[in-house]
Amino acid sequence: MSEWEPVVGLEIHVQLKTRTKMFCRCATGFGAEPNTQTCPVCLAHPGALPVANRTAVEWTIKLGLALGAQIAERAVFHRKNYFYPDNPKGYQISQYDEPLCVGGALAVPGDEPFEVGFVRAHLEEDAAKTVHVGGGTGRKVGAERSLIDFNRGGTPLVEIVTRPDIRSPDQAERFLQLLRQTIVELGISEARMEEGTLRVDANVSVRPAGSDELRTRWELKNMNSFRFIGRGIDAAVRRQIELYEGGGTVEQHTYDYEPDTNALTPHRTKEEADDYRYFPEPDLVPLAPRPEVVDRLRADLPDLPAARIARHAQGLGAADAWALVTTERDAAYAALVAQGVGEREAFSFAMNQPIPDGANFAELAKVVKAARDLTREALTAAVAASAEPGFTADTYLAQTAVSDTAELEPLVDAVLAANPGQVEAYKGGKEGLLGYFVGQVMKETGGKANPKVVNELLREKLTAL
Amino acid sequence: MIDTLRMTAEQVNDVLTRGEASSDEIFDAYRAAIEARDGELNCFLRLHEGEGEGIPIALKDVIGTRGVETTAGSRILAGYVPVYDSTVAARCKARGLRLLGKTNTDEFAMGSSTENSAFGPSRNPWDPTRVPGGSGGGSAAAVAAGLAPWALGSDTGGSIKQPSALCGNVGLRPTYGTVSRYGIVAFASSLDQVGPVTKTVRDNAFLYSVIAGRDPADSTTVDVPPTELPEAEDLKGLRIGVPVEMRDAEGIEPGVADAVARAVVLCEELGAEVEECSLPRSVEYGLPCYYLIAPAEASSNLARYDGVRYGYRAAGDDLTEVYERTRNAGFGDEPKRRIMLGTYALSAGYYEAFYGKAQQVRTVIIREHAEVFERFDLIVSATSPSVAFEIGARADDPLAMYASDLLTIPSCIAGVPGLSIPCGLSEGLPVGFQLIGPQLSENTLFRAGHALERALGFDVVPERLR
Repeated sequence: MSEWEPVVGLEIHVQLKTRTKMFCRCATGFGAEPNTQTCPVCLAHPGALPVANRTAVEWTIKLGLALGAQIAERAVFHRKNYFYPDNPKGYQISQYDEPLCVGGALAVPGDEPFEVGFVRAHLEEDAAKTVHVGGGTGRKVGAERSLIDFNRGGTPLVEIVTRPDIRSPDQAERFLQLLRQTIVELGISEARMEEGTLRVDANVSVRPAGSDELRTRWELKNMNSFRFIGRGIDAAVRRQIELYEGGGTVEQHTYDYEPDTNALTPHRTKEEADDYRYFPEPDLVPLAPRPEVVDRLRADLPDLPAARIARHAQGLGAADAWALVTTERDAAYAALVAQGVGEREAFSFAMNQPIPDGANFAELAKVVKAARDLTREALTAAVAASAEPGFTADTYLAQTAVSDTAELEPLVDAVLAANPGQVEAYKGGKEGLLGYFVGQVMKETGGKANPKVVNELLREKLTAL
Repeated sequence: MIDTLRMTAEQVNDVLTRGEASSDEIFDAYRAAIEARDGELNCFLRLHEGEGEGIPIALKDVIGTRGVETTAGSRILAGYVPVYDSTVAARCKARGLRLLGKTNTDEFAMGSSTENSAFGPSRNPWDPTRVPGGSGGGSAAAVAAGLAPWALGSDTGGSIKQPSALCGNVGLRPTYGTVSRYGIVAFASSLDQVGPVTKTVRDNAFLYSVIAGRDPADSTTVDVPPTELPEAEDLKGLRIGVPVEMRDAEGIEPGVADAVARAVVLCEELGAEVEECSLPRSVEYGLPCYYLIAPAEASSNLARYDGVRYGYRAAGDDLTEVYERTRNAGFGDEPKRRIMLGTYALSAGYYEAFYGKAQQVRTVIIREHAEVFERFDLIVSATSPSVAFEIGARADDPLAMYASDLLTIPSCIAGVPGLSIPCGLSEGLPVGFQLIGPQLSENTLFRAGHALERALGFDVVPERLR
């Protein structure tokens, strides 16, 4: 595999969480009764006309700015013509050769940092949802009936197209995690693959390592988690290498990845070649974002995850910084560090404790610094109360854990004596049982023992036995 | 007391205001006229009870009306009852105008004779063996025959001005973007405009003031300057251009040319400065440009008629068969012809040569008009090269039919307004005189049209009905 290099580009659809649809004022959102969030515009009644959603345009600009894209001075909506029942107008309003955002890149930090460039990001409307009933598979073929729910039809969708800059399944997953985190923090989408508010197709090819050619690619669709995207890419890459090494060629195809069998199956498409007959949407005027609006949106951008990971990586290393930021624990971490808590201590505390918004970090930091001497209950209670008015560390600092070996030793002995079987197993190599003994001692003390001291005592005793 | 043949909408309004007749009495008088004459003329596709206390009005059947079937003259929309009012219908209602009914049109406004209606042709009140023009022949014939004091039409390449000319009415195609298209069954979105069909220029100006103005539901609308009801009886200070290519175009009937020439002389007598001017590329390329852009947009606009959500649906074994059978049986020949033309013009490999080129030509035509309007306030020509032709005469010759719009199309492509007023008779049939101005020059058109109308003294009542 070392002489072959994967070449992967992604097409990402992000459903924006605007209150109303892209071209009408119908409510968006998940879970309403089918076909209740509809109007003449999104049902394509005769004479209905689209009006562009200002918020959706601004959010797309915001995303473009966060990804370092150029915001077009003039962007044009086009009609993409095709017949399908989920597409009531017979065309989707999308953008074609004059998209709202052009270029840009996302630098993905890590021990092996890499960068993924963007071709473009544009705004369009989502299709309605088709449900195939009967036939068992939920797919179109073999279904008895197809039902359409137009509630989703017309929801704003941003399509992001990357350059073919991704070189491994792992890079694809990491890039997507970071992109998703960026989108979520911009507040423009829930970006949940399982709910379809984030959808990813992958274009995959391979080439001899070090070459810069672009070979025939496969398009992978219907992958519903980052993990499956990585595995789908991996499967496609392996298969293509096999084909080349067997003296064969790779033909352009679209596949669905089947996670259960790790197989790629041909994606069902229309028989005819697609000709969408794009032309400028005459019912809308071109978008011309005013420079002052773009400047305002740029000024309002938050501190982005990529930058924060790079910053925290200096003290914590890339992997922990990544974990901290992608789980959104880094604000609490930074606040604790600012109060003089050590970086490692702050990291493990922030990762392990659900610190509420608005916590009083000056007081909480005192608790964290004394954590090794406090009972587990005291820590949990302190964290839970940390955002309440009048929270002070003193209340909890008194609840010190029992660290006195003289007090703990008889309890440890009693626990070991009561569990001869487990002691035997431990001696036989099942060292994982240490945790069990610790738990028993903690139980005996009502959680007031210092687990660290108990640990040491147990090891000592077990070794001596 | 209510002479629907003669009364202008302004006069109807006076009668109402003075309390000489109630709204119901007036409405009933028009209903009686429809009863008496529409059997022969087939102007109305359906009648309505007409809520409101004001002047009656007829609306072309491409104008969506809540609760009132709207078919655009097509079988594919038979039985379709809109759940919402078009903006123009809502504005008419808000002013108390009472809907008499929906008028006949070529299917999806595609045609110049109303013969392409799925519900039978309308007939010209001046001579029922002849067409009333189209696509808005139903509205024009209804106003000419006293079946409605005024009406609204829609114009893509001449569908208001040409039937107004052939029926002896006043018809305005407004500046693109002044009247909302929201709720109008779309034919070609970048060209469609709704406008008034009336007996007088003053009526026309008034009805325009009712429907014009920015609409948040139509992104292509603009702010419109206030409409002035015309009073002036002269053309002093106006510079009027006569585009020689439109004057000398092939196929203009001698009787039409004569009547128009006399109207041009009258312009000078009324104090205008009249000079020749030139729109060479607009006239030469206008028609081909139009027959690429309009069908291209139509092919996309008509894609929504798929039998899935409303209107006509044919049974089929699978989705493709439902689509094919529905559209095959639902559309008549002219929409099919234009869908095919337009699909071809937009197809990969042909786009640049056809649709793309037509858009470039459109830019040239817009510029050519703008240059002419640097020197002239208005330009004038015949509206239609011929008077009303016999029913069936051009039905089998689409190109001859398309040529009916030779003189109205260039200004439609340029997006500028045009007013047609009757300027005389040829072979006993009305001749239309077209006045074209720059964007948002409706007040100038009304002023000039009104002065000419007074001086011409044309009797708008068809001779056979007097």
